[in-house]
Amino acid sequence: MSEAMIRVRDVHKSYVRGRQQVEVLHGLTLDIPNGDFVALMGPSGSGKTTLLNLVGGLDRPTSGQIEVAGVRIDQLGSGQLARWRARNVGFVFQFYNLMPVLTAERNVELPLLLTGLSAAQRRKSVAVALEVVGLTDRARHKPKELSGGQEQRVAIARALVSDPTVLICDEPTGDLDRRTADEILGLLQVLNREHGKTIVMVTHDPKAAEFARRTLHLEKGQLLEQAA
Amino acid sequence: MTRLGFVIANLGRRKTRTILTLLSIVTAFLLFGLLQAVNVLFSAGADFVGATRLVTQARVSFTQPLPMRLLPQIESVSGVDQVMWAQWFGGVWQESTQLIVFATDPGRLEAVYPEFVMPADQWRAFRETRTSMIAGRALADQYGWKIGQKLPIGSNIFPQKDGSKSWTFDLVGVFDGKDEEWQRNTNLAYVNFAYFDEANQFGSGRAGTFTIKLADPDRAAEVALAIDTMFENSPDETKTQTERDFNIGFFKQIGDIGLIVRWILFAVFFTLLLVVGNTIAQSVRERIPELAILKTLGFSDGAVLGFVLAEAAALCVIGGIAGLGLATLAGTMVGGGNLPIAVDHRVWTAGLAAIVLLALAVGLLPALRASRLTIVDALAGR
Repeated sequence: MSEAMIRVRDVHKSYVRGRQQVEVLHGLTLDIPNGDFVALMGPSGSGKTTLLNLVGGLDRPTSGQIEVAGVRIDQLGSGQLARWRARNVGFVFQFYNLMPVLTAERNVELPLLLTGLSAAQRRKSVAVALEVVGLTDRARHKPKELSGGQEQRVAIARALVSDPTVLICDEPTGDLDRRTADEILGLLQVLNREHGKTIVMVTHDPKAAEFARRTLHLEKGQLLEQAA
Repeated sequence: MTRLGFVIANLGRRKTRTILTLLSIVTAFLLFGLLQAVNVLFSAGADFVGATRLVTQARVSFTQPLPMRLLPQIESVSGVDQVMWAQWFGGVWQESTQLIVFATDPGRLEAVYPEFVMPADQWRAFRETRTSMIAGRALADQYGWKIGQKLPIGSNIFPQKDGSKSWTFDLVGVFDGKDEEWQRNTNLAYVNFAYFDEANQFGSGRAGTFTIKLADPDRAAEVALAIDTMFENSPDETKTQTERDFNIGFFKQIGDIGLIVRWILFAVFFTLLLVVGNTIAQSVRERIPELAILKTLGFSDGAVLGFVLAEAAALCVIGGIAGLGLATLAGTMVGGGNLPIAVDHRVWTAGLAAIVLLALAVGLLPALRASRLTIVDALAGR
């Protein structure tokens, strides 16, 4: 692994909920090297998903600096951040979040509509991404015609198709049985080891965390320890 | 897949709802097309005539006839080129079908209305046959009248001297319009005034209106004022106006058609606004996590706004064009005869403008809401 792909410096994040201001992250500092596979664990409310959202450019810190692939994303405007996400980050969620009206291949193609690729180039990229996740034969099926594991594979293919540097996974196996979860985690491991993707994954499942190169524990908005 | 393909795919999400919404838009625009065509017809009675003619009537009402002795005085006014007179005959065909029939002088009709075209021999026959009648192409086609026929035409206003309300005229000509607009307005007939004037029970030498062909259209106001001033404080005071204003006034006897049509359309579109607006808003509410995912993938706020607006526009465009198309078809089927409505380019222009306005009205608020979504809150279901 080489130099830090993700640098988080003294990040604070607070939300206003009703009349209360709730601070979720308290001056968090963290480096994730290029090519790392990090599992973020911790109890509910510890700030795992908040950290994931900040690193993925879905939210902004209240204060502090976040640099991903050499870009200070905490300084980007809303439009710039959207463009940055399209080029640099792939997202995988617990409940897949596929578009129900689109087939698997159309779902995977969706991020490519933001690129200047021709229809033929897009089709080729989609075919490659579906092949990587082993779903070539289900390309024409809509999400409701797929199993949970297959849906998550489509979501991973969608996250991969624009060749991002970082994959952000929020409980990617939280809705799957053990066997399917292990298949998905194995796939993430392949993407990390063979394709060099930097992966940050939030999980409650210690078995899932075992697939990562290292595990970070968060509690009450602070990093507790760093396990190998 | 293209962005448009994505928009269309989203329309197919709830097919029944989309079809019902589309049907409501189609129905509204069918109604819009037909009503707007009626509106155009009534105001066109006005617009297409231009400003080359004036109509002089009795100041009180055009149902009050004016004496023919006014004719030379009107002709003597500077700026007057030709004068034609006409009397509303109140024609009835067969049992009770109302016809638009005027009694007029054939030669003067030909001179004052060059927009009505007919072969010279038929004009001659109209002039030279005492009981002559000419019919517009639309009217003749509607009832299958042929030149040479004797037509029994009743009048619910003017009986003959023997008390009979049934008149018989010889159809000696069928006139057409010089262009499409005038052709659509050939749903009327003229009978020879000389015969009518002599044979009717209520006396002779009176006409309902004098139609004045101007030597110079720019002098319309001046000529109208001169004529009305000439007969001021006389037993036969006149009211002279452009033919356009006269026609508008004539149609307003039925009621302010434009106002009625506008109110009906307002009610239709207000209801449509609620129906389609609610559909789009509901569709956005149901898809908040999906819209948040689009933003997560890198689609900008503007792109998300565009998707929702495009969905609203697609619904309105598909439904609106289908509705206007059906109205055009229906207009062709019911047009002609006494109600020559046509869903023409003016109706389509107004319809397309209504489609754009409707799309914006129903799509803008939900689209703004979608574009302003905060990804983190939307994904968390807040």
